[in-house]
Amino acid sequence: MTTRHDASSAYEQVQASPDFQELRRRYRNWAFPVTVAFLVWYLLYVILSGFARGFMGTKVFGNINVALIFGVLQFVSTFLIAWAYARHADRKLDPLSDKLRGEMEKTSNE
Amino acid sequence: MNDHALSITLFVVFVAATLGITFWASRNTKSATDYYAGGRSFSGVQNGLAIGGDYMSAASFLGIAGIIALSGYDGFLYSIGFLVAWLVALLLVAELMRNSGKFTMADVLAFRMSPRPVRTAAGVSTITVSIFYLLAQMVGAGALVGLLFGITSDAGKIGTIVVVGLLMIIYVVVGGMKGTTWVQIVKAVLLMSGAALVTLLVLGHFGFNLSSLLGTAAQQSGKGDAFLNPGLKYGVEAKGIVGKLDLISLGLALVLGTAGLPHILIRFYTVPTARDARKSVLWGIGIIGVFYLLTLVLGFGAAALVGSKAIAEQNKAGNTAAPQLALEIGQRLFGDVGGTVLLAIIAAVAFATILAVVAGLTLASSSSFAHDLYAHVFKRGQATEQQEIKVARIAAFGIGAVSIVLGIFAQNLNVAFLVALAFAVAASGNLPAILYSLFWKRFNTAGAVSAIYGGLVSAVVLVIFSPVVSGTPTALFPGAAFNWFPLENPGLVSIPIGFLAGYIGTVLSKEYNAGKYAEIEVRSLTGAGAEKATGH
Repeated sequence: MTTRHDASSAYEQVQASPDFQELRRRYRNWAFPVTVAFLVWYLLYVILSGFARGFMGTKVFGNINVALIFGVLQFVSTFLIAWAYARHADRKLDPLSDKLRGEMEKTSNE
Repeated sequence: MNDHALSITLFVVFVAATLGITFWASRNTKSATDYYAGGRSFSGVQNGLAIGGDYMSAASFLGIAGIIALSGYDGFLYSIGFLVAWLVALLLVAELMRNSGKFTMADVLAFRMSPRPVRTAAGVSTITVSIFYLLAQMVGAGALVGLLFGITSDAGKIGTIVVVGLLMIIYVVVGGMKGTTWVQIVKAVLLMSGAALVTLLVLGHFGFNLSSLLGTAAQQSGKGDAFLNPGLKYGVEAKGIVGKLDLISLGLALVLGTAGLPHILIRFYTVPTARDARKSVLWGIGIIGVFYLLTLVLGFGAAALVGSKAIAEQNKAGNTAAPQLALEIGQRLFGDVGGTVLLAIIAAVAFATILAVVAGLTLASSSSFAHDLYAHVFKRGQATEQQEIKVARIAAFGIGAVSIVLGIFAQNLNVAFLVALAFAVAASGNLPAILYSLFWKRFNTAGAVSAIYGGLVSAVVLVIFSPVVSGTPTALFPGAAFNWFPLENPGLVSIPIGFLAGYIGTVLSKEYNAGKYAEIEVRSLTGAGAEKATGH
């Protein structure tokens, strides 16, 4: 049981370290607002499909209407957000998490 | 019968190939990590394909194409919810779960909680969600076999359910996660190729002019421009506010349910690192996104070329729209032989799809039974690896047998709503528990148990008293009427209940473990101490 307690307190030390706090901040400050944004954007689409059918049925060109364009835009935004997250994680999160993990594995081997 | 001989031959080839792979994979399945997580040795691309394989069920292939063919635009609403949902998995769940869990969803939930009550709740929820989903697929298989392979007798349907059930048991019991993952990969490639082929032929037929395809579809549907607008399927105007709320309720369950589906969550454990988990979700999003764009063309193409009336005559739900379209476009472009060949390909692909999805569900539920309920609740963590794997295999056999029997009894009932119910339970019970576990310091045992049971029970109870179970001609029990809850989809009410129950349960209990929260937070973000891949 003592080892377990020690392990936990080692994690608490890392948790309190400036590097980890920065990693946590970079992750949450990106992931949380973007999650809220894409959920709002999606719900807007669902609500318009229920409550604003006249608007959604407006033809833009040929037989292509607002509803279809809005739907395809949901696909586009999903692909873009996925791509942007991969870029953010690659540049801002991975280097810091690699560094922290390296340090922790070194200490635990000593 | 000649028309169907080719479909059956192609399907038999798929079964033989996947069984071969399964037995080959079983040679390297020795440890618990091999059985539950495929040795964590799949690459991001492989697992991305497998994610597509697990996710693109017959409900999304035949079902969405069918809804679009009969009700036009409304089918597209499903596709969008199913796709956007993957962002929740990508941003909030996949990597953190890979870093902090081991084999099942409960590993993350029980990390800093009292293990027995939390694992019991997570096990019950996993098995319930998987069985709902399984049952819908099994009954769907029985219904489709007549249309796809020309087997229409009741004995034939029962035979099909038994064969599907036995095959999925073999995949899971023999191949474990490794075999099942390869089945998903093969199926994903076949399904994408088949759907892309028919889509290209349809688009080519309309000179790659989407507007002309849509115009013909609207005309042939007999519903005119309304066919291209939201609202036909959900009868938004006829049912007034209830129809509109039902639509929003469905949308919520679709977008929040995916990241709580147990058979999807365990996919993240099959890769060596969190970075590979991220990569696999990115590939999954790409594949699934393209696939839903293809089903859009298939659905409208079926309406345009086959006609909504002819589709509804074959199957009231439109489930045969895609195969009928394959036959029609093949005949138009290449004559009778072309039609037969194309139909055979799509029919075999549809069956491969059902088979792969049921195997994934059986694996998820039997893993949870063995790892959560048997090893941690019943044996209090004292079971050996070999005992655990043995119980997992027995459980896969048991769950398979139960779903065969239920599938036979339910074969003439309308159980399509069970898929939406599985998403609602996942969104209402599992997702709040997962998000609170990963991000809320104060979260505790009472909170986790309340979130899971609160979400699970409220979703199931609301559906029992909804119009899909009684009070309407298309209900499970059309003769009875105890439908006091007006919405078909419970999510709008049950998702807030799940999140609220988790919150109230947490604040009412004083328990909380700061040290263990530090551990899960540090581990989930850095990958320190994460489970490693096994070398084979």
